[in-house]
Amino acid sequence: ENTDPQRIAFLLRKQWTLYSVTPLYRFSNAHLKNYSRLLSAFIAAERQKGWAVEVGVELDIKVAVSSLPDLKGSDQDHAAILVELFSRSPASQKTSEEKLIWSGWFCCVCGDDFFENVPEDFTCLPLFLTNGAESYTAIVGSWFQKTFDCCFHRLAISPLNLSWMAAMWTGCKVDKTASAMELIFSVPGLLQPLDISYAIHPEDAKALWDTVQKTPGEITQEEVDIFMDCLYSHFHRHFKIRLSAAKLVKVSTAIASAHCDGIIKFLQSQYLIGVLKLLTELAISQIQ
Amino acid sequence: MQRRQSSKTPKQPLQGHHKNQTDLSAWRKGGRIDPEKSVQNHPTPNSQKNDRQQDSLEQALCYFEKVQDRVSLKKNSVLQKHLATVESIALQRGLPPEGFDVLLNVALSGKFADTVNTCLLKSLVPASVIPESSIISSVSWLCVGKCSSNIQLLFLKWLITVFDFIDHKEQIHALYGFFFSFLQDEKMCPYVCHLLYLLTRKENVRPFRIRRLLDLQAKMGMQSHLQALLSLYKLFCPELVTITLPGKMKTYFKNSEGPWKAAINAIRQRSQGNSPLSQPLFLGTAQPQSRKRKWNTQLFIPASSTNRNNLEQDRGKNHVDLYSTNKSFPVEQLQTFPQLLENIHHLEFPSQMGSVLTNPLLLHYMNCIKDESVYLRLNYWMGQTLQEECTWCVADNQYEDEFKEFLETVYKTECFLQEGFSSCEEFLYKSLPLWDGFCCRSQILRLVSWIPLGSFSEMKSHLYDPLAQLFFTSSLYFKCSVLESLKELLQNWLNWHVIHLDSASDSQVCSLNTTLSGLVNVVAELIQFVGWISTVALRLENNPTFLLYFILDFYETVCDMYLRYSLPLLIMPPAGVFYPALLSMDSVSLNQLCYIMYRYRTNLVAAKENEQSKKKILQFKFSSQTYQEYNQYIIAMVGCLWTSTAFQKDIHPQGLRMDEELLKKTAVQEFKTSFNIVYHPAMMGYAVLFLQQAWPDDTTFNFSLIKGKKWNWYLEYLYAQGLKGLKLFIESSINRVSQASHSKA
Repeated sequence: ENTDPQRIAFLLRKQWTLYSVTPLYRFSNAHLKNYSRLLSAFIAAERQKGWAVEVGVELDIKVAVSSLPDLKGSDQDHAAILVELFSRSPASQKTSEEKLIWSGWFCCVCGDDFFENVPEDFTCLPLFLTNGAESYTAIVGSWFQKTFDCCFHRLAISPLNLSWMAAMWTGCKVDKTASAMELIFSVPGLLQPLDISYAIHPEDAKALWDTVQKTPGEITQEEVDIFMDCLYSHFHRHFKIRLSAAKLVKVSTAIASAHCDGIIKFLQSQYLIGVLKLLTELAISQIQ
Repeated sequence: MQRRQSSKTPKQPLQGHHKNQTDLSAWRKGGRIDPEKSVQNHPTPNSQKNDRQQDSLEQALCYFEKVQDRVSLKKNSVLQKHLATVESIALQRGLPPEGFDVLLNVALSGKFADTVNTCLLKSLVPASVIPESSIISSVSWLCVGKCSSNIQLLFLKWLITVFDFIDHKEQIHALYGFFFSFLQDEKMCPYVCHLLYLLTRKENVRPFRIRRLLDLQAKMGMQSHLQALLSLYKLFCPELVTITLPGKMKTYFKNSEGPWKAAINAIRQRSQGNSPLSQPLFLGTAQPQSRKRKWNTQLFIPASSTNRNNLEQDRGKNHVDLYSTNKSFPVEQLQTFPQLLENIHHLEFPSQMGSVLTNPLLLHYMNCIKDESVYLRLNYWMGQTLQEECTWCVADNQYEDEFKEFLETVYKTECFLQEGFSSCEEFLYKSLPLWDGFCCRSQILRLVSWIPLGSFSEMKSHLYDPLAQLFFTSSLYFKCSVLESLKELLQNWLNWHVIHLDSASDSQVCSLNTTLSGLVNVVAELIQFVGWISTVALRLENNPTFLLYFILDFYETVCDMYLRYSLPLLIMPPAGVFYPALLSMDSVSLNQLCYIMYRYRTNLVAAKENEQSKKKILQFKFSSQTYQEYNQYIIAMVGCLWTSTAFQKDIHPQGLRMDEELLKKTAVQEFKTSFNIVYHPAMMGYAVLFLQQAWPDDTTFNFSLIKGKKWNWYLEYLYAQGLKGLKLFIESSINRVSQASHSKA
């Protein structure tokens, strides 16, 4: 986890929507420039259907496809791929006034176990994260689907996995005074949606977790269950509400926040790889 | 006559037109007859209509070839007559190849008024082929600009319509640049686009042409003909230009069929010969989508399109490969089986492998190509689609009909490839435990029949257990469907085994479950599973004939595995199946059982002979238990149907053996004979009918009359009623058994 914080700073404090992606067929890092040109022309053609677009000319949306070599967990992982869409304002064609309107990145952190047997023609980048309008996600996604014969699907995070995240992230050390840990539950079976927010002081949560975890660096399902049960019983003592009957929908900690719909926000660069490793695992289990 | 001779090399005409052709050449060889004179001096020497027409056509062609100056139609009766001749013959039979050069030359040279030229062009209906040379000279006329723009347009429309009748196209392809230059004419542009669409090859797509077309697009706005041509350019060179066609467009080129199409079709029908089919458009528009859904959750099978990624890859690597990009054949253009055969060495799979599901030609290709990545791509896509679209696994998915259709397509593909997909197998394992047994029932059960051979532990927990749960709690119809699909599963496995026996020598794939002993175990477990659920189902449902039919149908495959599929395995049905069939109320079931027992016998005898001859070292032997079980059953059967000794001699633990005392208590008078072929409840109907025929006056139904000679008559009567299974059984098993029933087999 010795990534240069500067180079990945732009990934922090943004909401990323998660997708799982099946292996890309005949993707090559050597052609990123070409992919930019083709994708840019494709976006223009998609936005104005029936209008032919020459590949390689300047268009009002510029595409940059680049590699993020730092974002990987092991040497076997393929380097992450970043796709950025910039709009060029028509008034100032010449100046470099380009505004980032959409970004997305493919990555794989410690996914080598699963993809060991995949033939050479395939590139395994099972996790795709996007920030920006869904319409652009659709165009970029379709282009990748058509070009590399892959499938995208939204990656939801189950309450079980959310509770894992809550426990894991509670145990992480953060230098600065950290913000509160917050768990959001939704109560099922009501006409009006009712959400319950449960905030815990990070040091209290950490203290609780330290009493639960037996071996540092190792987490078991049992420990996660005990941790959550403690939080639930504490809540029940005060409010007489059993949170175990509600659905955990969101977990926010100083490390990251995750929503069950498959939305994530990274907050600490030093834990980015760790969070991505867990998300890669979830993505792989969805495409397996 | 000079030019006529130069263009004389007649191309072999298509079949069905030989007669006209030979007539024509005979006329030419037979000396030069002055056409004018022959019209006047030899009025129809031959009374046959065809020959007369032939002559007058030749005269007309001569006239048009010789004509020098502008002639007005009104005043010239000769011109009128020849024109009428050409027109009527063209519509009736079409024109021979030689006619086109003459008529095109005269029509495009501007010698006549436009009405005549129009009339001539409209008459250019090919009987067989059109020589390429005539098209080449026409284009040169077009470049000279002697004819009016209307005639130019008409010529282009004609050329598009008859494009596939031109015998060769190499020289026409060489004129690509000329045609391209006609694009600047606004009126001609749509037709030139269409023509270029027919002509374009990869080498024609050049950056300067793309820029020219984009300029036209900028000038004229979105025009469907430009869109069509540009999307073809995109197809060949996706790295240069791109376009997304709007989904709604249906026609890209205006109707340019003119008056010819109907005439060509009429002639084709009359001669019943095959003329070339017109080239279909293959624009890469996806199927119309009925509704709007998110981009990544649409259940639609992508259209086949060229792997653009591939093209680029090769370019990047600087490949100098004979079969690479320039030669590769775009899948969009693959429309016929002959095309597949012609291009099979430089065909590429489409960019999205899922599209092969709806493309039988590509499935053929897939069958020939053994490439792991092909299956892997297909399986990734299919696995994801099945998982995401499964209506009972995904909470808010209400698109059941579409999912059904998709499953149907997958099943058909598996049948075509004679192979199950691993993604489909995994999907079934994941979704069966959640399945209600109702949603997409027939589709799911059909897919079950293509599950590849697996290890038993896997099959049990993933397939047999969830299936048994549904089986016992569902309707009779469902039970029958499950049995049917398990029978097909068994047959698919056995077929797989037979095929792999043949190619056993090149056995690279020899995993645990593909070895013979592995296969035997897995098959045995399937048969035991079916035996178990059948026994339970017969009890639950109270032995309905319908259910029994499906169960016995399964055993019709089982009893023949040794001989038909060379599998050293035979398993007898459990007593819970055998006895309900033997004592069934229905002759169909009894007949089926007889047939099955006959086949068991044949298979067991063959196995025994093989074993004894010891020609081969046998890896597998049937256990003595199988023979023992067979013998027990045969004793029971013969005892029931023939010797009326079942109650005494049946030695099966679950059999019919009963104490005399007990039987007497039932107060049935003739209990001994009550299951023989006369009194058996399944047979009594036949016995009644037989009695009525043999003793029409006797109304007492005295069954005991059927004995001795009459017994044999009765047997013949039963065989004649279609009880073939019974016949085979009795002929093979009875006589010997009646003599030495204990030393069977």
